[in-house]
Amino acid sequence: MTIDALGAILLIPAISATLLAILPGYLLTAKLNVVAALATFLTSLLLFVIEPTSGQYLLLDDLNKVFIVLTTFVGFTTSVFSASYIHHEIEIGRLTPAFLRFYHAMYQVLMFAMNLALIANNIGLMWVAVEMATLTTVLMVGIYRTHEALEAAWKYFILGSVGIALALFGTILVYMAARPVVGEGMDGMVWTVLVKHAAQFDPALLNVAFVFLLLGYGTKVGLAPLHAWLPDAHAEGPTPISAVLSGLLLNVALYALLRFKMMLAVNSAAITPGPLMVTMGLISVIFASLMLYRRRDIKRMFAYSSIEHMGIIVFAFGMGGPLANFAGLLHMTMHSLTKSAIFFAVGHIAQVKGTQKIADIGGLTVTNPVLGWGLMLGVIAIVGLPPLGIFTSEFLVVSSTFARAPWLTVILVLGIIIALGGLFLRIGPVMFGEPKGKTAPAEASYVPMFTHLGLVLMAGIYLPPLLVTSFQNVAKLLG
Amino acid sequence: MSSLQFDIAHLLAGSLVLASFLMLYQDRLYALLNVYALHAGVLALSVAWQAYVQDAPHLYVTALIALVFKAIIIPVALHRIIRQLGIHREIENVIGVGLTMMAGIGLVALSMVVMLRVTPGADALAREDLAFALSVVLLGLLIMVTRRNAVSQVVGFMSLENGLVLAATGAKGMPLVVEISVAFSVLIAFIVIGIFLFRIRERFDSVDVQALDRFRGERR
Repeated sequence: MTIDALGAILLIPAISATLLAILPGYLLTAKLNVVAALATFLTSLLLFVIEPTSGQYLLLDDLNKVFIVLTTFVGFTTSVFSASYIHHEIEIGRLTPAFLRFYHAMYQVLMFAMNLALIANNIGLMWVAVEMATLTTVLMVGIYRTHEALEAAWKYFILGSVGIALALFGTILVYMAARPVVGEGMDGMVWTVLVKHAAQFDPALLNVAFVFLLLGYGTKVGLAPLHAWLPDAHAEGPTPISAVLSGLLLNVALYALLRFKMMLAVNSAAITPGPLMVTMGLISVIFASLMLYRRRDIKRMFAYSSIEHMGIIVFAFGMGGPLANFAGLLHMTMHSLTKSAIFFAVGHIAQVKGTQKIADIGGLTVTNPVLGWGLMLGVIAIVGLPPLGIFTSEFLVVSSTFARAPWLTVILVLGIIIALGGLFLRIGPVMFGEPKGKTAPAEASYVPMFTHLGLVLMAGIYLPPLLVTSFQNVAKLLG
Repeated sequence: MSSLQFDIAHLLAGSLVLASFLMLYQDRLYALLNVYALHAGVLALSVAWQAYVQDAPHLYVTALIALVFKAIIIPVALHRIIRQLGIHREIENVIGVGLTMMAGIGLVALSMVVMLRVTPGADALAREDLAFALSVVLLGLLIMVTRRNAVSQVVGFMSLENGLVLAATGAKGMPLVVEISVAFSVLIAFIVIGIFLFRIRERFDSVDVQALDRFRGERR
């Protein structure tokens, strides 16, 4: 039973990727993609009823349960959005059916890679999975084959590869540190074994290893100053991919970082990773919120907002302690849901208006009220206004860290406020200005967007006790 | 371990760093590819020697991959691509050769200082290997940032991966998973790059990254 459910969340995407690569006809494959994503999500719910286990390759504990359910859920809703999104792309001829076959297969490969990274108990396997996820997204970012898309994909590929190479070096160093204690062979890469023995590892080697891992996986998280690939990749790829990148892939890289942080926490002589993460988090928040002011491209603007929010999350996890970890985890969940909802809205808006330029989009609440107000609700959520979920989580981040580090928290709050100003300044004319651009009614699927926003709203008002206990368990685990 | 075994391993790993330096100042694409082939050849020798010293037969596979795939197939294929696409064969450097070399020397010194200081407990062979490997990785990064041409950036990246393989084989008894994955990732990376180069070729007449950089990030 245990292994079955774990294996299934890998097998379903793997099999459907093969099927989608073979089957012709995009209408059928789009539906199949949705079905496969739904099946994966439903299977992931099973993980809650089975006991935590660990083997040489796979691991299931409270931490990755939360990540897996979030990943498969957003993966499912995005596939629903994607089905209606690509329908329009085919009609206007931006994508051809041959490319769509490739696109759908890659979508499932990406889901497979992310799930694998999340349940891997082996740090080598985890690295392979993150690398695989990177490569599939590179291919999807470049799928439009325009000048800009190719440049974005190239930049993403080069920077992502450098990051992933540094992460591998860090992984090798971890093995080197473990070898004298746990012996040669596979045990030196099994995370549960490493954590058990980490107290006896050579602290100096662990420190250097963590620096490489932080730089490597931190590139994938999109932390400033390693973020240069992120805005391009979000702006130029298909919008469903932007949603998955922001909502999921950044989280997966963060998850890898958290695993190593937990390992270092066991060794009292090693550096505490906290301050490093807090610093990078704060730099990201301040930098990204300042960058919001001069954006001209709507998808690029929300990509910078993702950097800001990843900064907040890394800050919270860096501060550590049960409360801050809880807040970080909640913020991560809320950000994934909200940001992907925003990208769902933005994707349809860009299709209706035929442009992503902020200057060419105007008066959305008049021309396309449902999409317009949906996006407005998303923006209200993302800047952290009550009563939505991000307000709750940001409030928790601030209140749980204020007593310990008041000055750092002041900087964080400043960043959040700057970002609020930037986003409202830019989004105001888009929403309420003079109507601009085409005004055709949108053939959109509103369900994924409003499902996400509904969940975020609900979390802002009432957090189910089940969710709270499960997050509390994870927060304790993170230390 | 006898001192001769150590010396040979040391010599080979040191040669790899030297080959990285050779790549650093090439200003012709073909020459750069030839040096890269040499780089991969030295890596193959070094890995094979490690396999012999550590008595780890699976490492011979890694050595073979390095020899066949990296030292022969990739350079030949890139030669062909360059010819077919008519890519400019001169490499434009961002900064001068002298400065690049100085930076390279600095990076090697840095990696020696860092790695030797943090690994007093490890055995001598692994220590030296790791220090050299980090040098190769950093030099690979340096090649990537000082070149404007897409193909030479790719070559820089591949030399960086060679450094990673050196590190992985130096860490005694590291599971095979990782070596295969490294080789595999190079393969995938190469396919990706191949596709990209072709797509770029479809649209523009240059594989110069600067030509791609025309809009510098923001639509205007």
